[in-house]
Amino acid sequence: MVTIRAERLGVALGRRAVLADVDADLAPGRLIGVIGPNGAGKSTLVRALLGLVPLSGGGVRVDGQPVARLPRAALARRIAYLPQGQTLHWPLTVERLVALGRLPHLAPLSRIGEADVAAIDRAIEQADIGHLRGRVATELSGGERARVLLARALAVEAPALIADEPLAALDPGHQLEVMALLRRQADAGALVVAVLHDLSLAAGHCDRLLLLHHGRLVADGPPDRVLTADRLADVYGVRAWIGEVEGRRLVVPISHHG
Amino acid sequence: MNRLLLLGGLGLLVLAAGLASLAVGSVSLGWARMAAVLGGAGDDVARTILVDLRLPRALLGLGVGAMLGVSGATLQGYLRNPLAEPSVLGVSSTAALGAVIALYFGLANWHPLLLPLLAIAGAFAGLGLLGLLSGRSESPLTLILAGIAVSTLAVAGTSLSLNLSPNPFAAMEIMTWLMGSLEDRSFEHVWIALPCIAIGLLLLLWDGRALDALTLGEDGATSLGIDLRRTRLRLLLGVAIGVGGAVAISGSIGFVGLIVPHLVRPLTDRSPSAILLPSVLAGAALLTLADVAVRIIPTTAELKLGVVTAFLGVPIFLVHLMRERRLW
Repeated sequence: MVTIRAERLGVALGRRAVLADVDADLAPGRLIGVIGPNGAGKSTLVRALLGLVPLSGGGVRVDGQPVARLPRAALARRIAYLPQGQTLHWPLTVERLVALGRLPHLAPLSRIGEADVAAIDRAIEQADIGHLRGRVATELSGGERARVLLARALAVEAPALIADEPLAALDPGHQLEVMALLRRQADAGALVVAVLHDLSLAAGHCDRLLLLHHGRLVADGPPDRVLTADRLADVYGVRAWIGEVEGRRLVVPISHHG
Repeated sequence: MNRLLLLGGLGLLVLAAGLASLAVGSVSLGWARMAAVLGGAGDDVARTILVDLRLPRALLGLGVGAMLGVSGATLQGYLRNPLAEPSVLGVSSTAALGAVIALYFGLANWHPLLLPLLAIAGAFAGLGLLGLLSGRSESPLTLILAGIAVSTLAVAGTSLSLNLSPNPFAAMEIMTWLMGSLEDRSFEHVWIALPCIAIGLLLLLWDGRALDALTLGEDGATSLGIDLRRTRLRLLLGVAIGVGGAVAISGSIGFVGLIVPHLVRPLTDRSPSAILLPSVLAGAALLTLADVAVRIIPTTAELKLGVVTAFLGVPIFLVHLMRERRLW
C-alpha cells in the first residue's frame, strides 16, 4: 500500500512555471486518471510525483516521507513507472526487456531468481504479449511495443503504478484491455495513476480524475463531476456530447471553437 | 550463444594470444627453450628475452586491450551510442598531450617514467575539464559535446607542440609516440599501467545493470532505482584512470574500443551488461594479436600498433555496420 501526497507542488522549466500549486492526495486501491490538453503539465506532474524533476515549490511525500529523501532503490520498489514515449536504445528481446522490471529487487551481483521469473511470466501474461516473447522489441509495431513496455512496468510488481499515456498507439480493443488491466490492478489494492487523452475511457474506468489546465489543477473528483460540458468548453475548447451507453459514461467531442 | 561457452572461448583466445606474444620476436627461441624458462629452468639468454623483454610486452598488450575494450563497451552503453569509444570523452587525448609535453620539454630524458606519469596527470586534467564543462547535466549529449571540446583542445595543444618543436627529431619523436606502440616496454611500465587498468576495470564492470536500465532512457533507469549521478562518476573515473594509464604506456591506439563491443555484441543477448566481460577478453586478445602481427609483418621499420589497429578496424567495422544496420 502506497500513498502519494503532493503539497502545493510547483515546477518551473527555466522561468516558465509548468506546474503551480497542485495539491493532491493519492490513496491506494484507486485508478486515478490525469487529463488535460497538450502542454497542461500532465507528464510533468507524474514525473514530479516520482522525484524526477526538480521542484520550484511545495513537495511530494510517499507514505509520509519526502520523495527527495527516499533512496532511489526503495522508491523504485514502491512505485513502478511507465514513461511517455517508447524509448528503447538497444535491440533487446521482449523477455529480456520485461526482465528489466526486476532490477529494483535484485541485490548486487545476484542473478534473477525463481520469484523474479514468476513475476516476469505474470507481467507477460497480463499484458497479453506471450506470443512476442522471443521477438526483438525494437522490431515490433508501436502498439505491440507499448504493451511490452507496460509489461516491463508491471514486472516490478510495485504497490503503485504510474503510467504516462499507456494507451498511445494502441488499437481500440487493446485500449479497453489495458484500461481493464489497470482497473484490476487498482481493485487488487494498488494505487494506479494514468495520464490519459481519451475522455470516454477516462470517464468509464477511472475512480477519480485530475484535470490540469495551464499547469494548475482545475478539477479533481469523480469523472461525472469533473467532465462537465462547461469545463470541457473552458479547458479543451470543445463542445462535447456527454451521455451513457450500457452503463458506461461516454464523452464525445463534437466541435472545436478555438 | 551460451554465455559460459562465449566466455570460455574468449578466455582460450586470450591465452593463445598471450602465448603467441611470448613466442614471437626478432629471435626465435623454440618451444623447448621457452617451456624450460616457463618451467623455472632454462638458460639465461632465453630467460632474459622471455621475462624481461617479451613478458612485459605481452602483459601490457593484454591489459591495454582489455581496458580499451571494456571502456568502449561501457561508453556505448552509457551514451546509448554505438559509435562511442574511449576517445569520445577526450581523456585519451589529454593523456596523449601530457605525454607530448614530457617529450617536448625533454622531461622524458630525465627519467623514463616521467612520460607515463605526465600522461596520467593529463588524463585527470581532462577529466576535471570534462566535469566543469558538462556540469550536473545527466544527458549523454552534454557529455559528448564536452568531450569533443576537451579533445579538440588537447589535439590543438599536441599540434602546437609539433608546430613549435625545436628540431625535426623532436617532432619525429612525438609523432612516433602518438602512433602507439608496445615496443621496448619494461616491467616498470607494467607496474604503472596495470594498477590503473585494474582500478579502471573494477569501476567500469560495476555498472552493468545501470547500463541495462538506461535502455529505457534516463527517466526509465532512475525509476528502476538507478542513481545516475553515481553511475556517471564511476564511469568517468574508470575511463580516466584506466584509459589514462593505458595511453600513458602505449600511446594512442584507436579503433579497439570501438570495434570490440561490435564484435562481441551479436554473440550475446545485446544488453549492455552482457557485452562488458566479453569485451574485456576480446579487447585483450585483439590488441595482443595485433601486437604479434606488428612483429611478424616484414617491414623496414617496425610497424606501429596504432597504425595496424586502425587498418584492422576499418574493414571489421564496415562488415559489422552492414550486418547490424537493419537492427538500429
